Amino acid sequence: MRELTFTEAAREALAEEMANDPTIFVMGEGIGARGGNFNTTLGLYELYGPERLRDTPISERGFVGMCAGAAMTGARPIVDFMFVDFILDAMGEIINQIAKMQYMSSGRLKMPLVLRGCIGVGGSSATHHSSNLYSVFAHVPGLRVVVPSTPYDAKGLFKTAIQSDDPVLFLEHKSLLNIKGPVPEETYTLPFGQARISRQGTDITVVAIALMINKTLSVCDQLAQEGISVEVIDPRTVAPLDIDAILESVHKTGRLLIVDETFAPCGIGAEVAAQVVDRAFDDLDAPIRRLNGAHTPIPYSPVLEAAVAPQAEAIAQAIRDLMAE
Amino acid sequence: MTDLINELDKEQLMGLYRQMVEIRRCEEQLARSYQAGHIMGACHTYVGEEAIATGVCAHLRPDDAVFSTHRGHGHALAKGVSIRQVMAELFGRATGCSQGRGGSMHLFSPEVGMMGTSGIVGPSILQATGAAYSFKLLKTDRVGVAFFGDGASNNGAFHEGLNMASIWNLPVLFVCENNLYATEVPLSAAGGNPNIAERASAYGMPGIAVDGNDVLAVYEAAGEAIARARSGGGPTLIEGKTYRTRPHAEGMRDGGYRTQEEIDAWKARDPLKLFQERLLAEEIANIEEFEAVESRVKRLVEEAFEFSKNSPWPDPETVLDHIFSTPR
Repeated sequence: MRELTFTEAAREALAEEMANDPTIFVMGEGIGARGGNFNTTLGLYELYGPERLRDTPISERGFVGMCAGAAMTGARPIVDFMFVDFILDAMGEIINQIAKMQYMSSGRLKMPLVLRGCIGVGGSSATHHSSNLYSVFAHVPGLRVVVPSTPYDAKGLFKTAIQSDDPVLFLEHKSLLNIKGPVPEETYTLPFGQARISRQGTDITVVAIALMINKTLSVCDQLAQEGISVEVIDPRTVAPLDIDAILESVHKTGRLLIVDETFAPCGIGAEVAAQVVDRAFDDLDAPIRRLNGAHTPIPYSPVLEAAVAPQAEAIAQAIRDLMAE
Repeated sequence: MTDLINELDKEQLMGLYRQMVEIRRCEEQLARSYQAGHIMGACHTYVGEEAIATGVCAHLRPDDAVFSTHRGHGHALAKGVSIRQVMAELFGRATGCSQGRGGSMHLFSPEVGMMGTSGIVGPSILQATGAAYSFKLLKTDRVGVAFFGDGASNNGAFHEGLNMASIWNLPVLFVCENNLYATEVPLSAAGGNPNIAERASAYGMPGIAVDGNDVLAVYEAAGEAIARARSGGGPTLIEGKTYRTRPHAEGMRDGGYRTQEEIDAWKARDPLKLFQERLLAEEIANIEEFEAVESRVKRLVEEAFEFSKNSPWPDPETVLDHIFSTPR
């Protein structure tokens, strides 16, 4: 099978959908002729022009609020934030308006809107370009939250996001953008709320998000040599969350570690742990553990930056420690 | 007043009058119903400002999109939502225009282009601009209309929305209902330039200040602006200078921030009274005809009250419906 980068795969999804549906447009800073800071729209401006690839002033709240209105009246907007940190100026529009509109209109309005942006710690991006935020959005009723870890998933889930009549956060980890992976030529979509078993194992379940999947997978062979068989689960969407896939795995392994690059308090790891305790307490042979990034603004210096995010060796050690429980 | 009175036929003029009476009498019934405990949540009435919704919405089609505020009953009624649907919504009933999910600040009826009142100040400006973007992209001649108050003109949404509407030449009308107070903070203490219409020039669009208590002045300015928007001429800001004669919300005290003299002066310029006097002076209609309008509207309001009082409550089993368009 051919290989594409994460960015190429997502861009192919966008190109296919824009070709199929003239009501789709993209708004963002530098997503027109420039093709996006992260090449998210490269080559599309030449095909569709400024009305569908709309460069904006630096008015995040404004154009998110606009896209809400556009989604209520027949268009299918995609907002490209570049760095997801910039979304914070628009939180009122997202949480108070976009997430609530279908409910408040008793289902007579739809909100086919995608909000995409790059997340994650890395590259000395410093604190205003390193947010993750998926746990924040997963807290809010009315939002779908997608955090893919492979090019294959990026394409299939982005297509589903664009076709959805619900508002979707599509969050792309910066350190994944250039990884390559198999993507079939023929078109496909992937459903929300369906986890992927990234590696099968029998001794311990690791649920990891986005880049943490790759970091966890990187230590599994070593751990296998040490006699630890790790099952790695990628939820792919944190809202909806495929808790059944996690429960099934924990039923088999009896141990659960959640690896999450971002903050522990009130985060997705706490949610997974609570649901597993609630529904599968008797399956557990050990306490549930979380390995999270430090609860701190993200620093710049590479030495400091590496110290706030879970690294491969820390993941391996957390797995060994939990096996010793 | 303008010469417009000679250009409109009697049916059109009496239609404007009837619309204002419908809003007024509905609001008065809502205020009584609030006091009687039929309305549990917020109720911000539009009494005194009826001429603006009436003069603007008279130019709109059902497929044009109106985005409104917390003081939005008048916009909903003028856009074509029935009195009974508005009232039943404030009564929290399943028959309300938002099926009991919204109340006063979330009146939705997309079937007639009423895209929502709002509990947050500012978003109506952005959403109407976005609707206009959509209408342009879809190659229609539909327009978006944002109603908002003087308070919203000091919100960032005003700057961002008007700027983008201007740079992309969008078919949108911004209607600022300047009633002089953001809740109880006077515009003189909240706006560097109290002439809100003048701010339009900062965005390169026409800005027109009108007497918001003169329905014909509003009708004329809105007509020109909407025709311009439909024909590709871009956005307009209209400032209607007006006044709410009831408290910010029913049940709130109304003292300490404005004088009785000020209220009385504006009541003397009541938009219904001004228009009735004009129609009488021009011998377009007589007292009996106004009384006939009053009596028809009274029946409608009474019927809506009975309907609302006797409507079923929403089924609690439906409380999780419509969070998403699809279950998963």
